[in-house]
Amino acid sequence: MRFIFKTDYNQDIDLFKHGGQRFWYSLLLAAMIVMPLVIDTFWLGEVAYVLVLAIAGVGLMMLAGYTGLVSLGHAAFLGVGAYAHGFFLNHGVPFFVSVPLAALLAAAVGVAVAFPILRLTGAYLAIATLAFGLIIEQVFIRWEAVTGGFRGFSVPRVNMFGLDLTDGVPFYYLCLAILIIVLLAALNILRSPTGRAMIAIRDSEVAAQSMGVNLALYKTIAFGLSAFFTGLAGALFAHKIGFLAPDAFNVLLSIQLLLLVVVGGLGSLHGAIYGAIFVGALPQFIAIGRDFLPPNIASQPGLEPGLFGLILVLFIMFEPLGIYGRWLKIKLYFDLFPLYKRATFKRQKSYTKSERNR
Amino acid sequence: MTTLFRAENLAINFGGIKAVDGVTFDVEQGKVFTIIGPNGAGKTTVFNLISRIYDPSEGKLIFEGRDITRVPPHDVAGIGIARTFQNIELFEYATLLQNLLLGRHAHRGTNLIQDILHLPSARKSELAHRERVEKVIEFLDLEAYRDALIMNLPYGVRKVVELARALCTEPKLLLLDEPSSGLNTEETQDMAFWIQDIKVELGITVLMVEHDMSLVNEVSDRVLALNYGRVLAEGTAREVQSHPEVVKAYLGG
Amino acid sequence: MQLLLNGLAAGSIYGLVALGFVLIYKATETVNFAQGDLLMLGAFAAFTFIVGFGMPYWAGLICAVVVLAVFGYLLDGFILRQVIGKPQFSIVMLTIGLGFMMRSGSSIFFGTETRQMPTPFDTGVTNFMGLQIADVNLSVLVGTGALCLVLYLFFSKTRLGVAMQAASQNQLAAYYMGIPVKMIFSAIWAISAGTAAVAGVLLAPIALIDVNMGLIGIKAFAAAVLGGFGSIPGAVVGGLIIGVIEQFSGIYMGPGFKDIAAQVVLLAVLIVWPQGLFGRHSRKRV
Repeated sequence: MRFIFKTDYNQDIDLFKHGGQRFWYSLLLAAMIVMPLVIDTFWLGEVAYVLVLAIAGVGLMMLAGYTGLVSLGHAAFLGVGAYAHGFFLNHGVPFFVSVPLAALLAAAVGVAVAFPILRLTGAYLAIATLAFGLIIEQVFIRWEAVTGGFRGFSVPRVNMFGLDLTDGVPFYYLCLAILIIVLLAALNILRSPTGRAMIAIRDSEVAAQSMGVNLALYKTIAFGLSAFFTGLAGALFAHKIGFLAPDAFNVLLSIQLLLLVVVGGLGSLHGAIYGAIFVGALPQFIAIGRDFLPPNIASQPGLEPGLFGLILVLFIMFEPLGIYGRWLKIKLYFDLFPLYKRATFKRQKSYTKSERNR
Repeated sequence: MTTLFRAENLAINFGGIKAVDGVTFDVEQGKVFTIIGPNGAGKTTVFNLISRIYDPSEGKLIFEGRDITRVPPHDVAGIGIARTFQNIELFEYATLLQNLLLGRHAHRGTNLIQDILHLPSARKSELAHRERVEKVIEFLDLEAYRDALIMNLPYGVRKVVELARALCTEPKLLLLDEPSSGLNTEETQDMAFWIQDIKVELGITVLMVEHDMSLVNEVSDRVLALNYGRVLAEGTAREVQSHPEVVKAYLGG
Repeated sequence: MQLLLNGLAAGSIYGLVALGFVLIYKATETVNFAQGDLLMLGAFAAFTFIVGFGMPYWAGLICAVVVLAVFGYLLDGFILRQVIGKPQFSIVMLTIGLGFMMRSGSSIFFGTETRQMPTPFDTGVTNFMGLQIADVNLSVLVGTGALCLVLYLFFSKTRLGVAMQAASQNQLAAYYMGIPVKMIFSAIWAISAGTAAVAGVLLAPIALIDVNMGLIGIKAFAAAVLGGFGSIPGAVVGGLIIGVIEQFSGIYMGPGFKDIAAQVVLLAVLIVWPQGLFGRHSRKRV
């Protein structure tokens, strides 16, 4: 069992708590860099998809996991990033300008969405974000001049330094780089007063206010940051799917993103990664699993959402801390071995206290 | 003898009921001022008015000579007023250290960009905050619980953490809402010592709501009795406790 | 005027679904995102009884309501009960997941084609004060009214209603008072599911039965919020208003607006007037 002996305040602020962590994360980074040499193009594309999902997941995690603001319409930000990026590329904006610009636009939409709903809480907030998501989806459909309406438009490839950045190996490295940048930014935010203020808003708005946290400002910042990260993911997503149409950014995608953060583990960046792996790999498993199911079930198009629903329900009922939570429990078991007590994580009975009259 | 804080004719209506009615009092700098009264007398409501969670329907709040009646709630900490909550409002899913560091928020010093990029100025600021928080941890003997999650801490410790967090904001006026509620005799005695240390060593003015009369007697310089939102009596602890109206309404024969 | 009546009919359905939302919310503080899907299941159940087994309309309706009520009871008993006390977000996600499962199960079991179900109101037109109302629409209005009356009497005249209020405000205290909280919550779910079944059967002749019927739930949200999320008559009134607004905006503002009219109203209400028409504004006491 590892015990960290602290001699310096810097140790609490640093990202890596001890040499072991540094070792394993370096190994992971090395593995990710070497991956294109080891696996073939199809699977590389799938991993790139997982990376893009992870970026979006970090975005949603900042909002839902860390600030406690549930967004049921997050696919809208993905869509804004994607459509904006595609639009800019088609109008001659250079790639490395277009991507951050699209993300900024998504952030602006995020701030605009946040502004009117700052005082809402809980289910009301969720419903409002759902409504916004639907409205933005309608905007994608109706604003034909920009989005091409139902017909959509295809996303141009980008050639730079003699490479096609939007496919295969270069795309993979692009996604990896952006994911690392986004993770670092998120980690920095979380160890700073901004991040602490966000967590405070999640846990007790009243107390946060009396500690000097301007609720409206920080909620808006949370929305803006979240939308920015998700918009980045959207720009990459546009290249992944190649062709933009409004039904790519519907409620189902929003729910998938939420599935990502819930299954991964709400409240941790690890959760965003695990969740992305899960949601990214799920269609593959379903495809494989279909071969084993009787034909009339397997052929149903409605199977996927149903399976999502089932997994969501099972996780919330039996593993509310998500995959990351389960991983922590396993680690604890090995850390304490053989002194692990089975009742360590036994769930306590809890009672609902009305949030209306608290 | 300077008046740090003055509540003037404070009143608030909740749908027809006057929860606080014509309450006026002065809090002298460097002293401990206690508000007593039966449950429902409006004591916590007065606190909520001072921390600007509620808007008064009448009256004024004057702090350091400045009218703060319309100040937004999140500016109160920056002005120099901190409070604890009767029903503990800590951040359950964060560590004790994070809770206390949040108490430093009013003295922030970095902006969003510095935070995202974790510039050297951000790290310097973090270390400075950590130093201040450590002083408070030392003051209240909380070293053993630094990295514990609040939800795993016992009630008595949580009350102390509430106090610690309020102290981290470096207040001039500290509002303590029933600091001894739920504490046993030993913990209450500790609380009494700490309140006195806060007054003498840190020079912070304390405004307190309390039910425990022994604690009131031990630390208070001045006492105010409320009932049904109105002032019954004001004076030293002895004077107020022997006041006939107070005895009738609250203390019993 | 015709628009008005169409709007009222559509609005009644929204109102009924909203009513189901509010029932569950008042009791358990849970927003049941699967309410629309319960409606869909109710419609399919009725279809099975009426078309599949050849039952007469009214018998089929009652059977569908009973089946859904039992389903709702079991849903609460086996699944929702496990997550009591968890944060609201988790429960919201849970109901969303359940909704997906219902939709998926339905498409596997019944297939994805739309179905039709014969009702006694299909071809009739009533003349009322010089206007013509399709009997179908009339059935919706009357059915909604009747159901509301029944529920009102139930909640105001029985001990169960008071017990439900107590359990919703402070579970632990309700337990201490000897109220069988779990059973009451399951009963609420049963009533709510039954209401959804009625709504589904009423909607069936208008919208046809298919797996995605439940998406009406999103508009019903707007109704519930407009009415004030804690108020049962409010939910119905909210539904009627939204139904009417929808019809009129469709004509006067173009087809795209009809789809999002409910959303816009929802947001407007949440921003400007969060407690809705009949709700009560409560704040956190510290």
